Amino acid sequence: MNKTDFLLAGVGGQGTLLASNILAEVGLRAGYDVKKSEVHGMAQRGGSVTSHVRWGNKVYSPLIGQGEVDYLLSFERLETMRYIEHLRPGGTVLINDHAMPPISVTAGKDIYPDDKSLQDVLAQVTPNVQFVPAMTIAEELGNARVANIVLLGVLSAHLDIPAEVWLSVIADMVPAKHVALNQTAFKKGRTLAK
Amino acid sequence: MKRLLSGNEAIAYGAWESGVRVAAAYPGTPSTEILETLAPMPNVYAEWCPNEKVALDVAIGAAYAGSRAMAVMKHVGLNVAADAFFYASMTGMEAGLVIVSADDPQMHSSQNEQDNRRYAKFARVPCLEPTDSQEAKDLVGVALEISERFDTPVMLRPTTRICHSSTPVEIPAERHDIWQKPPEYRIDTTKYVMVPGNALKRHPVIEERIARLAEFAETFPYNVVEMGGTELGIVTNGVAYQYAKEVFPASRTSFLKLGMTYPLPRQLIADFAAQVDRLIVVEELDPFIEEEIRLMGIECEGKSIFPMVGELNPKIVRDCAIKAGLLPESARVETASPEKPPLPPRPPILCPGCPHRATFTVTKKLKLVVNGDIGCYTLAFLPPQGAVHTCGCMGASIGVAHGVAKAGIQQRHVAAIGDSTFFHTGMPALLNVAYNQSNTITLILDNRTTAMTGHQQHPGTGKTLQGKDTVAVEFEPLVRALGVPHVTTVDAYKIKDVEAALRAALDREEPSVIVVRRECALLPEVRRTYKPLKVDLSECNACWACLRTGCPALRKSNEVYEKTKREKVEIDPLLCTGCELCAQVCPTNAIQFRAQLYSSEEAQDKR
Repeated sequence: MNKTDFLLAGVGGQGTLLASNILAEVGLRAGYDVKKSEVHGMAQRGGSVTSHVRWGNKVYSPLIGQGEVDYLLSFERLETMRYIEHLRPGGTVLINDHAMPPISVTAGKDIYPDDKSLQDVLAQVTPNVQFVPAMTIAEELGNARVANIVLLGVLSAHLDIPAEVWLSVIADMVPAKHVALNQTAFKKGRTLAK
Repeated sequence: MKRLLSGNEAIAYGAWESGVRVAAAYPGTPSTEILETLAPMPNVYAEWCPNEKVALDVAIGAAYAGSRAMAVMKHVGLNVAADAFFYASMTGMEAGLVIVSADDPQMHSSQNEQDNRRYAKFARVPCLEPTDSQEAKDLVGVALEISERFDTPVMLRPTTRICHSSTPVEIPAERHDIWQKPPEYRIDTTKYVMVPGNALKRHPVIEERIARLAEFAETFPYNVVEMGGTELGIVTNGVAYQYAKEVFPASRTSFLKLGMTYPLPRQLIADFAAQVDRLIVVEELDPFIEEEIRLMGIECEGKSIFPMVGELNPKIVRDCAIKAGLLPESARVETASPEKPPLPPRPPILCPGCPHRATFTVTKKLKLVVNGDIGCYTLAFLPPQGAVHTCGCMGASIGVAHGVAKAGIQQRHVAAIGDSTFFHTGMPALLNVAYNQSNTITLILDNRTTAMTGHQQHPGTGKTLQGKDTVAVEFEPLVRALGVPHVTTVDAYKIKDVEAALRAALDREEPSVIVVRRECALLPEVRRTYKPLKVDLSECNACWACLRTGCPALRKSNEVYEKTKREKVEIDPLLCTGCELCAQVCPTNAIQFRAQLYSSEEAQDKR
């Protein structure tokens, strides 16, 4: 494999950074050169968070060039639209089908883009889109916070790495008492990939 | 074994591996994690200092005492520490001293994007720059060896993108045994007492030292020539090297990667330039390497092609290179540009339950101009508060407010400064207010932590960097000792008390200080006490007084108040902490207090 580039986008508190840590570690254990770069502004809850993860035989830049992202993993619908230009035309978008309106929306000043406008924007960039009810699945499993791992599970089905590698990285990177739940969430996600 | 480490983690491992015995810092993005990673490691002493100048003096002292030492700061921290930086260059030390200056191109979390390589040249101090985490680790040890060999402090200059990117690093198994060497204090007054007579003798020493370092740079193993095609010769450094390697094909391009960006190796560069058709410098921020090369009489191009402002990335480097004819049009990466509706932003805002919110609600109500400072509270300059009117650098608030008063402005100004920032550089400014007697009102916004950089301890918290108990310096006696007798303390969650204290201060034509105290709502012990409030929609008259506090936990509901046709307000239980600020400003008592919603036992939890 020459290279695979992932952009993870979400809102502070959604576990975007944990997901990118797991993804980077999986790449390393699979024998790739790996770089990961987090972009977070000033300390805050509820801000926009992105993380670049790159796998390859040799990776130079820690940042992925615009238009070169192979997989956009979006943890929130609006954030998908914010970063869609980073995707390689025809690349894959996996979206946690969940909306977190920013304060300007809840205060009634701005409008949260509707479902149709999201679909329209996506259709201009790629046909390879999957909406995943990750939040709902996570809640059914007993903890909304594992939605990020459900989405990772979906991603994993697109990549040629055995599930055991993912599961062992999850076991090493989440607190012991949450390992089983996270692994279940991962397996569930892995079965959902289209 | 290789592990993914951020540049900051790697620097901590490098310091431990190379036998650093004392490390000192003040927290500052993007450098903070370096000391947090180093502190738990065995047989190394690390501390948070009140500011960067103190931290550098501490590190210099340790190096004077024969211990390898490290001082860590963000780029603007070196402004505070500059005095120490220059004398350390003049005196040299008895053991290695590395000064980590974490620069912030793009100002991800800073007030400017100054290029601290200028300081290296200014003070005749060599500057090393890593291109990934492995080098970030390795260059700490290299810096200490150079420091000892040339009797000079050494600057290690990562940037945000190096600090916060993770790349594979070979984890050190062994440690340089220098940390076991007993410290020894050698007295040498001609070297270490910088009075004019001695300093005059030291100046030629450091000029000669930098000339020797330039010789050393010719064969320095981290200055690397990578010959490929010779159409283009690219001189580059830091993370810009990675972008250049990604964008320019080796078939047409040769690279000179500079691990030491000051002083530069003249012969190495001249030889490299002679082998290529066109010499290009790819560097972030200032044309530092470019100017140095020009001063050698070698022609090169740099900022005529690439931007001086902000950080670079592969797209910027590629697009600029195509525009300048360095790459063919066919090198352009196809990108989609879909038509999008306007997207609501997610700007940084004060968190739900933030103890600063009530204070700025009051200053706005009283129409006070607020000279602000560096911390989370700066965010109150944004709507809906719009209540902070200046922010320049650490500790600036009090001096600026005093200057405004002395200029004869009749409207009262208020200085707003955080607890950690007050210890950092606020204290001398308050001393000045007392000494020169202005009617400046200083609000010390005491949230019991250094919040914005991620909750570091400071001299007021009673805990050290390692979490050990220590003295907790109290503001009230400190303020009185600085010469301001009028000091009151209020609970930041009690908006009426904040207002009463401010009104009392405004009635006085003397200096006064109000300590507005309440723990940051994101501290773990506070998180455990969250108790979300509720709106009784039958009582809400949609006046939106609560929304004007700017709390993200409040939102317009689907229910409309008949008389005005405006939406009533509801509370997001996942975001609300139960701080009760909205309940206090609600004129119809529609927002219920903890005591109304929970049993008295539960409600008390919070206090």
